[in-house]
Amino acid sequence: MREKILNYIEKNSRIDISELAILIGEDEVAVMNALEEMRLEHIICGYHTLINWERAGIEKVTAMIEVRVTPQRGMGFDKVAAHIYNYPEVQSVYLISGGFDLMVTLEGKTLREVSGFVTDKLSTIDSVLSTKTNFILKKYKDHGTIMVKGHEKDDRLKVSL
Amino acid sequence: MREPLSKTIQTIQPSGIRKFFDIVSEMEDAISLGVGEPDFDTPWRIRDEAIYSLEQGRTFYTSNAGLKELKVEITKYLESRFGLDYDPINEMMVTVGGSEAIDVALRAMLDPGDEVLIPQPSYVSYLPCTILAGGTPVVIPLKAENEFRLTADELREYITDKSKILVLPFPNNPTGAIMERTDLEAIAEVVKENDLFVLTDEIYAELTYDRDHYSIAALPGMKERTVYINGFSKAYAMTGWRLGYACAPERILKQMLKIHQFAIMCAPTTSQYAAVVAVRDCDDEVAAMREEYNERRRYLLHRFREMGLECFEPYGAFYMFPCISEFGLTSDEFATRLLESKKVAVVPGTAFGDSGEGHLRISYAYSLEDLKEAVDRIEEFVTELRNEK
Repeated sequence: MREKILNYIEKNSRIDISELAILIGEDEVAVMNALEEMRLEHIICGYHTLINWERAGIEKVTAMIEVRVTPQRGMGFDKVAAHIYNYPEVQSVYLISGGFDLMVTLEGKTLREVSGFVTDKLSTIDSVLSTKTNFILKKYKDHGTIMVKGHEKDDRLKVSL
Repeated sequence: MREPLSKTIQTIQPSGIRKFFDIVSEMEDAISLGVGEPDFDTPWRIRDEAIYSLEQGRTFYTSNAGLKELKVEITKYLESRFGLDYDPINEMMVTVGGSEAIDVALRAMLDPGDEVLIPQPSYVSYLPCTILAGGTPVVIPLKAENEFRLTADELREYITDKSKILVLPFPNNPTGAIMERTDLEAIAEVVKENDLFVLTDEIYAELTYDRDHYSIAALPGMKERTVYINGFSKAYAMTGWRLGYACAPERILKQMLKIHQFAIMCAPTTSQYAAVVAVRDCDDEVAAMREEYNERRRYLLHRFREMGLECFEPYGAFYMFPCISEFGLTSDEFATRLLESKKVAVVPGTAFGDSGEGHLRISYAYSLEDLKEAVDRIEEFVTELRNEK
């Protein structure tokens, strides 16, 4: 049941519990309990809203920063990752295989704000060897949702047998 | 001037539902739950393959029976999914939708006077296609009390010494009924006893919920007396691509292919290339669509039961078939009044045969939001009708 719930609310977290129970064919109380358990176990980590800021007319600058770091004895990459993710302007931090170590996404109001973070905060961390900042120019798709599409009309015949 | 029309075509009545359709299509702001096709776009990888095939200039006829690569993929799929064993070279052909396969099969098998047993409510083409092929349709009215499954007793009742073909339209449009393995075993016995053939239209085979689909062609001794029809329209949301297929014993298939060769030549080439990807690589997409239909199905069932509308649980296709006989209106009257007063379009059960009287076909090939709005309005309407009484 947990997987069914998670699969559903990953797409639509706004659904109310009784309706969710109907859709997945489970008992309402059981669904409510499972949700609460998964919240306590930190399986469900938050309920966010996917926003097209551009369409809202609000300027945001997002950067994806490739960071190379020296892992620390006994801590691996965790300590430096924590150092970075604790900054509230950092949206995500991933440990990456390949040519660099951490992928950090950062959202700011202006280009200056983002570059300021990189030069003042990120690059000055002892174990950070180098950074490469990539600014996002356009979000086509985010979290499985196509951002550049509007509401679509139903082109089907109104009735067919 | 001489009569330009054949007597046969003149005996076939145009669908009575046409008038209702015209009203619906003119009503711009009506919410429709009346369509018989998926609301999903064809999965992108299928569309992408079609575009690629066009870029490659693959725009010629394929062989009459269809692309070999496609036929091989389909037979592999039928084997692994439903335990059916067909030879891609001699026992299968690709058609212009399941519809063509139905027509061609009937034309290949019927002589004047042969009777075709057609359970109803069911899709509207079996009856006219039988007549056009020179056969005589014999309708078997299915019953709500059996959840619109066909029983062996019902079948026996309608068999005569002229009966030749039994049409098996399951999972069913419009009722959503399915036939499970034990149901089919009982039917297969009667079919063999009476030396009948079966035309099994399994276009909704991928869309069953909480129950597995089973094909009568997989039962012992049935392959040799069965024409199996399936296609891409429903499972892969490919209605406009017009692509289906038929599998049958070589002796039957060869003659079906003859008709197809003269009447059609071959199924659309672009669709065939795209379908290779559909049948080979799109199981996940099909499963995701199935899951979403299932959510909607559970939602509607819950709502109908909540408003006290009698409705059996349908395990297949994407239709509900609630009963409205408590209101003392015909299906047609109910649907017309619902459309006029609440601007919700549903299809009267009688569009699929007289035995659909007292029922409505409600399609859930719509987003949950649309379904909610429509069902809210249906609930209002039902409450008003009950208060009138």
